[in-house]
Amino acid sequence: MPLLRHGKLADGVRLFLEDGSPLPAAGEFIVSAQRFAAEKDALLARNAPIAVRLGPSDDPMTLADHLDRISLIEVVFPKYTDGRGYSIAELLRRRLGYRGELRAVGQVLRDQLNLMVRTGFDAMILDPAALGEADPEAIFQHAVGFFSDVYQASADGRETAFAKRQKANRPAKNEKVG
Amino acid sequence: MYRYDEFDETMVRERARQFRDQVERRLKGELREENFKPLRLQNGVYLQLHAYMYRIAIPYGQLSAKKLRQLAMIADTYDKGYGHFTTRQNIQFNWIRLKDVPDVLEHLADVEMHSIQTSGNCIRNITSDHLAGANSDEIEDPRPWCEIIRQWSTFHPEFSHLPRKFKIAVTAASHDRAAVRVHDIGLHMKRNGAGEIGFEVLVGGGLGRTPYLGVTIRDWVSKQDLLSYLEANMRVYNRYGRRDNKYKARIKILVNELGPDEYRRQVDVEFANQNAWEKVILPEDEVERITAYFAPPKFASLPARSDTFEKAKRLDHGFARWVKNNIREHKIAGYASVHISLKPQGAPPGDCTSAQMHAIAEIAERYGMDDVRVAHEQDLVLAHVKLDDVPAVYAAMKAVGVASSNAGLGSDLICCPGLDYCNLSNARSISVANEIQAIFADPDYEDDVGVLHVNISGCINACGHHHVGHIGVLGVDKKGEEFYQILLGGRADEKAAIADIQGPGLRHEDVAPAIRRMIEAYLQLRTSKTEKFIDVIARVGQAPFKEALYASA
Repeated sequence: MPLLRHGKLADGVRLFLEDGSPLPAAGEFIVSAQRFAAEKDALLARNAPIAVRLGPSDDPMTLADHLDRISLIEVVFPKYTDGRGYSIAELLRRRLGYRGELRAVGQVLRDQLNLMVRTGFDAMILDPAALGEADPEAIFQHAVGFFSDVYQASADGRETAFAKRQKANRPAKNEKVG
Repeated sequence: MYRYDEFDETMVRERARQFRDQVERRLKGELREENFKPLRLQNGVYLQLHAYMYRIAIPYGQLSAKKLRQLAMIADTYDKGYGHFTTRQNIQFNWIRLKDVPDVLEHLADVEMHSIQTSGNCIRNITSDHLAGANSDEIEDPRPWCEIIRQWSTFHPEFSHLPRKFKIAVTAASHDRAAVRVHDIGLHMKRNGAGEIGFEVLVGGGLGRTPYLGVTIRDWVSKQDLLSYLEANMRVYNRYGRRDNKYKARIKILVNELGPDEYRRQVDVEFANQNAWEKVILPEDEVERITAYFAPPKFASLPARSDTFEKAKRLDHGFARWVKNNIREHKIAGYASVHISLKPQGAPPGDCTSAQMHAIAEIAERYGMDDVRVAHEQDLVLAHVKLDDVPAVYAAMKAVGVASSNAGLGSDLICCPGLDYCNLSNARSISVANEIQAIFADPDYEDDVGVLHVNISGCINACGHHHVGHIGVLGVDKKGEEFYQILLGGRADEKAAIADIQGPGLRHEDVAPAIRRMIEAYLQLRTSKTEKFIDVIARVGQAPFKEALYASA
């Protein structure tokens, strides 16, 4: 299961700690939003960054007060046609200002990678079905490289076509005034 | 008319390249049909009964001669020489080959067109009033806002995998010709108490198996807030719309399960929580730039009365009849809007051949200020024609068979492709449509009956809008045999209403005679010729019509 971070193969796939299994004293793991809510104090007391996995119906706003302690949020796409994860990502990035790693997991296919990047995911674990024999980094570059401009402001911070047009028009207007 | 700038053009060309890559991967077997399906749908490609069907967007119904000629070229080169105009201001080709679609996308880009988001679970083609900019009952031209919404919704990264399809329509007129109350979001431009123009926002309308009319969620939203408010609606729907059952996934179900007040509350909370940098506020220059493209054309200063026009009416009874039925009043003296009927007797409703497209393009250039519209009734409209030129327009249209004088009348029916093309359909619809049209073969009879909207769908997905016909016809399958349920009392305008199913379904051959009996009942019941079919239903109820429907001949 290749993990891409900023389009490059990377390490850091975390063990998901099932709800109910004991919290290990050390080591890296990821917990569900429900477990985070229930055992917040114990998790925050550990001297380690926290990783939380959100399902598509989980509310990212519940993490709002602790984002400075969270270094990784995984968002599950149970099916690639389930678009709730994009709203979760936008809320985390633009509503709450989350700056840690935002990772898409689940059925992550190549034709959805561009949408994920646009809504603020900086990492994803590709579904093996997305790959075939191909090189994951090459697939990523190819998939996100089709569009040179965008109409919407989104979490990737790209300047919109609307804004660029306005800039392009401005000098002409100034000349008229001068 | 809006013109693509470098950004718009690059966007559609890059989309063509992206889809070419996806089609190649599909044809090589690298992409499974299951994973390819949403991609092809978002590019307008359906798999139908016999072949791929390809749907091209005509944003807010706006065409030009150049665009129409390109569609004719596509029909001739890649299809069987005709296309089918739909109720959502799209055109469909029924025999396209998948491998050709990327090339067709390039041809469309050459004339500033595309097939982006004409299907799939995303924001679909933005539709509007086919008389926008020409009629006198609108407070402002709605098309700049349609174009703004088109751009905002194109490849929206957050809303590309919604629970279900999402349709937006905009009108700015008191008489609703865009059916905004049966859209997921209907926008009705109107003034607030301070006289500023903004939008009433209706949410949750839609037909299909559970028809609903949209409810007003906000009485008035300013232009500046419109896109941010739409985003708030879309986000609530994207997060909370049902995904467990495709038939309960439209926003109408969410609005009705939550109740309009709770839905409104959730949208208001989301809207209020938007940070300043999350607001979608177009630069003023941009709104001005886009609006400027829709500035009224240079109308001549003409007398309200045209002698040429009046004389032609006196001399040609057929012309006079066509004028009475197919000409719409224009806001400028000496001009008219001309309704081009694509509903001749005995042809598939809404179909248009490449030869007809070329002829209409020619007429539009010569007499129509190069402006052709698609109406949701599956007809075309020349928005701006001088009254002086109307006789010549009529003659040119008559020569290619698009001068039926039936606009808004019984044979100008709305009809889906039905079992002849569609793999969802339970029953044929075109053949039923043609039998119903035959009731009105005598134009005097059709004129006497007057305004009557007959809408026919071959299945409960309701592409033929049977719920909002004055008379609706719905094809159903009963143990392998086609049956047709009859509905009464629907309408899609500002007095929108969902029609009621009358009773047991009828056999194919019994549909037209039953409708004929209802029309006879109407002629008996009406108090004057100005009382329309739908008005009589409103006055006396449906009972006498139901009785006529099931009376054996």
